[in-house]
Amino acid sequence: MQGLNNLQRLEAESIHIMREVVAECDNPVMLYSIGKDSAVMLHLAMKAFYPSKPPFPLLHVDTTWKFREMITFRDQRSKELGLELLVYTNPDGIAQGIGPFSHGSAVHTDVMKTQALRQALDKWKFDAAFGGARRDEEKSRAKERVFSFRSAQHRWDPKQQRPELWRLYNARKNKGENIRVFPLSNWTELDVWQYIYLESIPIVPLYFAAERPVVSRDGTLIMVDDERMPLEPGEKPDMKKVRFRTLGCYPLTGAIESNADTLPAVIQEILLTKSSERQGRVIDHDAAASMEKKKQEGYF
Amino acid sequence: MAHVSDMIGKDIEAYLMAHQNKGLLRFITCGSVDDGKSTLIGRLLYDSKMIFEDQLAALESDSEKAGTQGGKIDFALLVDGLAAEREQGITIDVAYRFFSTDKRKFIVADTPGHEQYTRNMITGASTTELAVILIDARKGILVQTRRHSYLTSLIGIRDVVLAVNKMDLVNYSQDVFDKIVADYRLFAKQIGFENVLAIPISGLKGDNITHASTNMPWYGGPTLMTHLETVEIADRRHNAPFRMWVQWVNRSDMDFRGFSGQIAGGAVSPGDRIRALPSGKESRVARIVTQDGDLHEAVAGQSVTLTFDDEIDISRGDVISGTTALPGVADQFNGTIVWMNDEHLLPGRPYWMKVGTKLVTAAVTDLKCKINVNTLERLAAKTLELNEIGEVNVSLDRPIAFDPYEENPDTGGFTLMDRITNTTVAAGMIRFTLRRSQNIHWQAVDVNKQARASLKGQKACVLWFTGLSGSGKSTIANMVEKQLFALGRHTYLLDGDNVRHGLNRDLGFVDTDRVENIRRVGEVSKLMADSGLIVMVSFISPFKAERRLARSLLEPGEFVEIFVDTPLAEAEKRDPKGLYKKARAGEIENFTGITSPYETPENPEIRIDTTKISPPEAAVYILNWLEDNGMLLGFREPGDDTPTA
Repeated sequence: MQGLNNLQRLEAESIHIMREVVAECDNPVMLYSIGKDSAVMLHLAMKAFYPSKPPFPLLHVDTTWKFREMITFRDQRSKELGLELLVYTNPDGIAQGIGPFSHGSAVHTDVMKTQALRQALDKWKFDAAFGGARRDEEKSRAKERVFSFRSAQHRWDPKQQRPELWRLYNARKNKGENIRVFPLSNWTELDVWQYIYLESIPIVPLYFAAERPVVSRDGTLIMVDDERMPLEPGEKPDMKKVRFRTLGCYPLTGAIESNADTLPAVIQEILLTKSSERQGRVIDHDAAASMEKKKQEGYF
Repeated sequence: MAHVSDMIGKDIEAYLMAHQNKGLLRFITCGSVDDGKSTLIGRLLYDSKMIFEDQLAALESDSEKAGTQGGKIDFALLVDGLAAEREQGITIDVAYRFFSTDKRKFIVADTPGHEQYTRNMITGASTTELAVILIDARKGILVQTRRHSYLTSLIGIRDVVLAVNKMDLVNYSQDVFDKIVADYRLFAKQIGFENVLAIPISGLKGDNITHASTNMPWYGGPTLMTHLETVEIADRRHNAPFRMWVQWVNRSDMDFRGFSGQIAGGAVSPGDRIRALPSGKESRVARIVTQDGDLHEAVAGQSVTLTFDDEIDISRGDVISGTTALPGVADQFNGTIVWMNDEHLLPGRPYWMKVGTKLVTAAVTDLKCKINVNTLERLAAKTLELNEIGEVNVSLDRPIAFDPYEENPDTGGFTLMDRITNTTVAAGMIRFTLRRSQNIHWQAVDVNKQARASLKGQKACVLWFTGLSGSGKSTIANMVEKQLFALGRHTYLLDGDNVRHGLNRDLGFVDTDRVENIRRVGEVSKLMADSGLIVMVSFISPFKAERRLARSLLEPGEFVEIFVDTPLAEAEKRDPKGLYKKARAGEIENFTGITSPYETPENPEIRIDTTKISPPEAAVYILNWLEDNGMLLGFREPGDDTPTA
């Protein structure tokens, strides 16, 4: 009998995980970050519950610094699919005028992402949140379970992880605990791209090369997406043909010069590239094991 | 991610097409501390060109700072993840690594070598198909080697690579290798390994990892990578009989009722006869529904949604199988468990047990023995501590469908969870049922609600009248019953008069008693509906939660909530029994509407405004509603001629 191939196995596993959450949790939500991993996760959710709609809303934690094209794409996609989209921004951060230029990436990420996410989960009392993280992204993720428990304070304790065997996931929570669930745990970056290609999944155009206005900051190309980008006196953004490997807040996301303006060309470039995916993310450049520390504090 | 394939640069679309069908192999690496596991995995990643330049630069700088290789690249640093581990220099948890070649994608469960972390190894091994067991050529077979091998066999892995590592430190000696392999084969036989391939390697130097070693011309077998790329793994699930755990019932609208799950064994096609277990009800597969269109066949591993020809009662935790080669059904079995918690096993204590998608309560009734994993000796035991393995009898609170673990890990593997802390405390494998119950396959009970209702020529349902005291509930309910009786329907009316004085005479009117009152009435009405009756319930039933509970006891469409809506002032004006007067005078405590709340129904099926229509008109209205909603039809509708061959 013909066995399933890699992508078929990954797809079936992710669908199984999503259905387990819906069957066992009271109030799940899907964290939708608008990136390619979220695109795949959303696509899988549509499959998992077909012909029903996914029985949970999407939640986007908006730092107000996302690329404008991401927001357009987000609104369009949720509308096309007929899904409920919740958008949350940390009001304290807005009141204090927190932003990556004025406060630096660490404070911005903490207030507008980490704390905002906690507030949002508390506000709607979500007991399980799907995230698109993959184990191949980064060393501390490689050890994380598919069902990853957070304390009432949203902290992750790598020493207290539950054993996860076979296809049996333990979704039983203690009071105050909530679960982050990662249906794409076993996908690699290449799997994600291949699946997007195979299934023709829509993604934000920023992944494809186009002429965009950029300035260079500490050797990283930053796109001038709106007037909040501080420019040196007399500085003018250069028009360059660039694309993005990952998407986040525009001031924290480095562009790469590229001519890859089709999906196969993008995949080709990834396969031939010599630097890892998260290199373009400014937040990962902090001290060693920084991601593990952030996660213990409640970063997704 | 510089894959070696030339095709990437030349014709990316052809490459993508070719790689769409790439297979996946999941394997574990296990060995003792310092056997060189992390180095080996780092080397596999490095040799398959999975290391990016920025990672390599970081690795080189890390190797100088923390490395153990005198400034040379320390591959182990690539995979040792958590900060604490990097300081201690040992791996302490299960980590998953990914790499791929032109032939396959690989997921490696990097499992701990330290003796106290058996639970992590079992966890890592449970999702893999092959094990690479590492041995330090200088040390030969250690206690931990036996332990890891036994655990590997226990979890059902049959394909094993014995990687004799650090051959560079024994001068690439064939004698050393041969002796270790001979020792190991003796042991492997005892624990039932079928396919053991021994490969002499050096993770550090790269011998026989991806390139055949020039240092060991005496070895003529495949390199480790070649073997991993080409080994044929026979997945037991594929050749097993058809099984699917029902995971989620998909009701997208009134007409669609699908059963979602991942196929745990064999294959299924539309037209196949199936049986739902443990109920034993049978039907036929109508469709295999996916977003990409209906399938002609679904095989083990696929996540699908099935629909059936008959409306049979199936819910999460049921097993769907074919009608031959059935799983066993029992509430007691013998199995092996691996204890994974600091708090030891308490025989007799109830734990949650998850098998497939089924959650039941389970207790270890008999701890037969624990197993010394070094000698495989069976020892008497009173309990199991963390990392101990025992043979047990387990008793459940209800029967489940299952297969022996050896035949299908998805229908024979289970976990136990603590009922207070909710943590996973044990992994287990079902061996066989106790008693002869595995040979008695439950047949569907033929005399059921539908059959009883059918005999009476009607559909069973519950008409639940709720409203304030004096609203006119019982008056209307009585009239409805008279009309139904006249139509030849079999009915019963439950109200305060026949329940409060008998079944519920121990209950008063405080909130807790009101809740219990309605709970009992709900249960009784369910039993009566099950006997095929049209049941009328006339109770104030002031709380939403209890009305919802009563509704939940019945099948969709069987519960008709009728809100007899009379404003408090009007009910108080009528006051047929003088109760409001007494309540106002303080002679009755906890009187609904006065000193105890009434929660108005939000979405009743029927709302009767008694200020607008009289009781006889209300009764006619209700009868018409029942007729319009198909509740007064006989059980057999025209066209409802489902064959039951």
